[in-house]
Amino acid sequence: MRRLAGGASRELWLVTLAGTDPSRLVLRRDPPGHVIESSRQGEFQLLRAAADAGVPVPRVHWCEDDPAILGSSFFLMDFVEGEALARRLLRDEAYAGARAALPEQLAQALAAIHRMDAGADAGLARPVEGATPAEAELERFAQILHGMAPDPHPVLELAIRWLGRRLPPAGRVALVHGDYRIGNVLFGPEGLRAVLDWELAHLGDPMEDVGWLCVRSWRFGADERPVGGLCDRERFWAAYAAAGGDAVDPAVARWWEVFGNLKWAVICIMQAQTFLNGVRNVELASLGRRTVEMELELLDLMGA
Amino acid sequence: MQDRPSAAELLAAVRAFLEDDLLPQLEGRRRFHALVAANVLSIVEREMAQGESHLRAEHARLASLLGAAAHDGTLAALRDAVRGANERLAERIRAGDADAGPFGEAVRAHLRATTEEKLAVANPRYGSAKPG
Repeated sequence: MRRLAGGASRELWLVTLAGTDPSRLVLRRDPPGHVIESSRQGEFQLLRAAADAGVPVPRVHWCEDDPAILGSSFFLMDFVEGEALARRLLRDEAYAGARAALPEQLAQALAAIHRMDAGADAGLARPVEGATPAEAELERFAQILHGMAPDPHPVLELAIRWLGRRLPPAGRVALVHGDYRIGNVLFGPEGLRAVLDWELAHLGDPMEDVGWLCVRSWRFGADERPVGGLCDRERFWAAYAAAGGDAVDPAVARWWEVFGNLKWAVICIMQAQTFLNGVRNVELASLGRRTVEMELELLDLMGA
Repeated sequence: MQDRPSAAELLAAVRAFLEDDLLPQLEGRRRFHALVAANVLSIVEREMAQGESHLRAEHARLASLLGAAAHDGTLAALRDAVRGANERLAERIRAGDADAGPFGEAVRAHLRATTEEKLAVANPRYGSAKPG
């Protein structure tokens, strides 16, 4: 077994088996003591449903919730050959073809995710009764921030206020991936191979994924191309609609992009809090100091 | 007074060891964490150089926004005063006082200056993105 890079909030292990087909599997496991809690079983079932819906995902095999076996919940899935490193995707000559193809491929996969039967996955988090998905998500992350941050964050308070005064109307409730971005997909020279990291999937507004994909951190320095460092927003929105996704209202997509920056700032604070709670991991520690990057982007997006 | 090398010089020595000696021998997850560790050390080096002047500037701006909170001039007291002022500012923003008007504009100008100072320590290469 070999530990794979990536997965600040989940462990990933490559398991090589003798005399079986396939011989290489990936084990995804919860590290003990983490702040983010989600169910391995739910992620396992989602991956199965996504494969049935034609979304490129690794095939899953076995899910285990009994901590007696490996210390915490885990599941096994196929090893998909491919690259996940965003900086290689956005810079290496070898991936020029992938850069050209990915906007449309990502739009098609996302439209397929948003067409999955949201009602069938009873275990998924859903917006609270009486609130729109946008209201519910904003309230949820404001509460996480206020309940957890060791220091006050006036810029994030300003963003919460800005978002609260511009809530988009309730749209269609769909299955939302929750972390759909460059860095969470596997690609080859030809383009998209697998959509990974379904642990934040929930029921909500499909525009949440559209906005999240445009968050500046997922451009990895290629800031002039807002969609994951790949293309401009309008090209992605058109490809998403052409693939069967909903027509994108730019103001709604922008609201979710601002929200995405707020959410990522709060997650960075959560990760730093995990470190402060005693999980000695230098990456978790360093994420606390990334919060300010989202604060600058929020000020820019709010025109402040 | 401690003997030389200074804390900043010691940090620089540890970072050079990480970057020059350790990193070339590492791969995968360990290499990634060593890169993160070297970056963390450079954040601490920049904070040692600029942290106090940023804290004093933030305190002065908060005092002109909210009224001054007394402190005895030590760094720890200054930090407590800034933290307390930021809590009051956060409350004012939550109450809607900064939604518009002259106070709102002053708050935004202050927060941009503070954010730029924080970035100068955390990630000096990260500026505003070109509008896309």
